[in-house]
Amino acid sequence: MAEKLKLEVVTPKGVVVSKEVDIVTAPGYGGEFGVLANHAPFLSTIKTGVLTYKSGGQDEVLMVSGGFCEVSNNKLTFLVESAERGTDIDVERAMRAKERAEKRLAEAQAHKENFNRTRAEAALQRALSRLKVAERRKAS
Amino acid sequence: MASLKDVKMKIGGVKKTAQITKAMNMVAAAKLRGAQQKMEDFRSYAEKFNAAMGNLSSAMDSGAFPLMEKREVKTVEILVVTSDRGLCGSFNAHILKMADKLMAALEAQGKKVTLVCVGKKCISHFRKTGKIRQRYADLMGTFQMFNARTIAQDIAGNFLSGDSDEVRIVYGKFKSVAVQRPAELMFLPIQPDAVATTTATSSSAGSYIYEPSTEEIMEVLLPLYMNVMVYHAMLEVSASEHAARMSAMDNATNACKDIIHSLTLIYNKARQAGITAELMDIVGGAEALK
Repeated sequence: MAEKLKLEVVTPKGVVVSKEVDIVTAPGYGGEFGVLANHAPFLSTIKTGVLTYKSGGQDEVLMVSGGFCEVSNNKLTFLVESAERGTDIDVERAMRAKERAEKRLAEAQAHKENFNRTRAEAALQRALSRLKVAERRKAS
Repeated sequence: MASLKDVKMKIGGVKKTAQITKAMNMVAAAKLRGAQQKMEDFRSYAEKFNAAMGNLSSAMDSGAFPLMEKREVKTVEILVVTSDRGLCGSFNAHILKMADKLMAALEAQGKKVTLVCVGKKCISHFRKTGKIRQRYADLMGTFQMFNARTIAQDIAGNFLSGDSDEVRIVYGKFKSVAVQRPAELMFLPIQPDAVATTTATSSSAGSYIYEPSTEEIMEVLLPLYMNVMVYHAMLEVSASEHAARMSAMDNATNACKDIIHSLTLIYNKARQAGITAELMDIVGGAEALK
């Protein structure tokens, strides 16, 4: 794997990752997608989920939420609202958030409140992604 | 002439004031550094965002998105961003003056004006007009992207429901530590050319693959673009506020020093007059004993 591509993850709080990587997998609009070097120019929205990339045989995971990504000239730029590494994630807090979101979701479904339901779903998604990233972190 | 004790107490009081203003100056300087850092961190995001937005809007015909739709303007909403706290010179006053002028001009054209206020200073300024539709206080100290999102969503909701036909932002622009100017921005409807001009540098090679369609990406990007704009305005205001406070407090400290100087002169004069009078007494007494 000689060719590499440059990955940049940028949030409003600054650049989180800026690195030469081999492959990136990200939660796109229509599901997970992978990007290797020499990918065609590409633009997609990003859902809340888990972003993985491999550089020098090492796997790295990030939790990303809401945004979009752009690929051009072997450069891959993610513009997301937040990005967290496994080490930054507070597992207990995420667990609590997950339980809370599940409860709210059930309540919203019972009352057929669409607004609260979308919010609860988004919160649940975030909590689940955080937990997933934290877990992968531990495993590796 | 004031008595010696009075002058001495006054000097003591002014000295205390100078201490406070000096401390506030240093606090503002530290906070300014933080605010500038935040702006710096955000810059790369904003630049990349605008680049992508430019690529996208050049790739597509200016389709009819509700957020870009131009309507006959009956109601104008103004988002006024000021600081929460005073003691920063004329910074907030300038912004409010600009907002007042804009309001008067729009109303002279027979348009209705509603206000969304961020920051306590503009809330208290506009409270009596009864035009405030939404207020956000106590944000400017520690705000995050999601605060900007709440505001942007609220404004977008109001715009989409047809309660406002145009939205403008009035805020304080941070030019440098010494210069902050009030500024006005057209916010909604979003103008595609305004987006495109900010990205003259982006030279996209070849056409992109879009997933999902360009239209659907735009649907996601436009609200994000609004967040970015609001967040940016808030960042500018917070940096300007601290810079303005820094120079205001510096001026206050200098004024205190001047006052202390002139009071000390008065004090010394009074002291000397006292000594002279006492000497005269002694000399007079000695003469009388002869």
